[in-house]
Amino acid sequence: MNGANRVAVAGARRTTELRLDGSGRGGRWKGEVFRALLIFCLVIAFVTLLAVIVQASVRGMPRIDLNLITQMPSTLDRETSGMQSAIFGTIYVMVGLIVTVVPIGVSAAIFLEEFADGTKWWVRFIELNVQNLAAVPSIVFGILGLAFIVRGPLDLGTVAYAGSLTLALLVLPTVILASREAIRAVPTSLRQASLGLGATKWQTIWHHVLPSAVPGIVTGTILALSRAIGETAPLLLVGATVFVTYNPDGFFEGAYTVLPVQIFQWAVRPQEEFRILAAAGIILLLAVLLVMNSIAIWIRNKYTRDA
Amino acid sequence: MTEPSVTHPYTPQQELPDHPVPVMQTRSLNVFYGGFHAVHDVDLAFGHHEITALIGPSGCGKSTVLRCLNRMNDLVPSARVEGEVLYHDQDVYAPSVDPIEVRRHIGMVFQKANPFPKSIYDNVAYGPRVTGMKVDSMDDHVERCLRGAALWDEVKDKLKESGYSLSGGQQQRLCIARAIATEPDVILMDEPCSALDPIATAAIEDLMLQLREQYTIVIVTHNMQQAARVSDRTAFFTARPDETTGNRTGLLVEFDKTSTIFENPSDQRTEDYISGRFG
Repeated sequence: MNGANRVAVAGARRTTELRLDGSGRGGRWKGEVFRALLIFCLVIAFVTLLAVIVQASVRGMPRIDLNLITQMPSTLDRETSGMQSAIFGTIYVMVGLIVTVVPIGVSAAIFLEEFADGTKWWVRFIELNVQNLAAVPSIVFGILGLAFIVRGPLDLGTVAYAGSLTLALLVLPTVILASREAIRAVPTSLRQASLGLGATKWQTIWHHVLPSAVPGIVTGTILALSRAIGETAPLLLVGATVFVTYNPDGFFEGAYTVLPVQIFQWAVRPQEEFRILAAAGIILLLAVLLVMNSIAIWIRNKYTRDA
Repeated sequence: MTEPSVTHPYTPQQELPDHPVPVMQTRSLNVFYGGFHAVHDVDLAFGHHEITALIGPSGCGKSTVLRCLNRMNDLVPSARVEGEVLYHDQDVYAPSVDPIEVRRHIGMVFQKANPFPKSIYDNVAYGPRVTGMKVDSMDDHVERCLRGAALWDEVKDKLKESGYSLSGGQQQRLCIARAIATEPDVILMDEPCSALDPIATAAIEDLMLQLREQYTIVIVTHNMQQAARVSDRTAFFTARPDETTGNRTGLLVEFDKTSTIFENPSDQRTEDYISGRFG
């Protein structure tokens, strides 16, 4: 993994160097073609995003109203049906996710960066598996959550925190990898200064390494959470699938649903009103996502400038 | 001998004894990084309230030796130390010794000024706070340390400002103030002036000579004039390539009074280096 990454990075750098060398036959011509190809790819990504936003906005606009957030979902009052239970369910799941994944992810990152001896086989094994975990399809985490969290050893039942834990497994690798990057970016000279004064390793991490790494950790965590907030597949398996018309009673009791699942519930119904409602839900979800990502970018830029 | 005509511009407060009265000593110090033999058999003695300079070409192990004195080499996972490093007759590498405790008595100033991203006041107060040192008044202690580092007059009106707001030379003096705040016995300086302009360098050199009144100082420097200007004794290191691997192992060539090293060295290699024929 690390080795493979390094090879990939080295390969990419070498490619760039060769590219910049420009001595090859027709170097400039090839460069222009390559540039056009890259811009084309960018356009595809951008047009797709724009199409989704425009399509959802046009269809859902009639239902962007207060009812959308103040009313419970209802199959009877099609005109005024809302998604309050899904909004509350999402809030419960996300809060449970944050308090679970941040301490575990950051602690794991601190251990791997500051304490673990990278030459030991078991440390490499853990690092390799953290990266592998990031590539596991989300539905697999759903099955795992059903077997071990909803039923099995933890036996939580289909409650909001079961959803939080399942999503925590899903985004844990992202949080660990982002936190490691942030911790690694803290200059060694800062650690040496602190240790040289007779501070303990823990004091050094707590007073200097973590405060300097917090912006990076927060940015990475928000991006991980914005992936989790849009996840549907794993939550379908751990209880969010039911049509609930009331808010969760708490983290550990009561049925729950979340925004993407509610959108799915509506989108499969034949009546036009529900399809419009689904489009409105998509706008809401996209708005939340864009706000979260903007905050992440804002934090990153703010601290990059200050540093 | 082509001679750089070095004279010692500062007279020590008393006559320098022929042999140092050691605060620290190394005995048969060998350092390895993994399988690489970095330093071979170094025997040195750092005299009480003297400035000892470690000089030599790049890769001769002088910084490695310096970092062994307060166990900063422990931070390199593959580093291994053999031999003894004595601090007042206590081997700092003895199993019972806590490296944290060693670093509280043997302070360090680094090549590149590395103040904490905190206020000037907090930079100085950090060491006493984390080590649980008893001070009657932290304000007075900070002032004393900043005065000790000849920085007080320049920063007394902006103690709450970031350490980064200072110039490079001021930052390095802030690092010295921070180092003396834990009241160490010995101060290690790893090329403290290599990133500074001549005026800032002169300020640090003056400061070193003041600090000698209270501390034992060991300085690594690439600048031979600097060694000649400030140090009482000089140790000259060189690097010897291994015949099979080509790895360069550092070794101590000559250790004597600075005036002797610069005016009348007993080893040909020292003379070649001093006179600029090598390195």
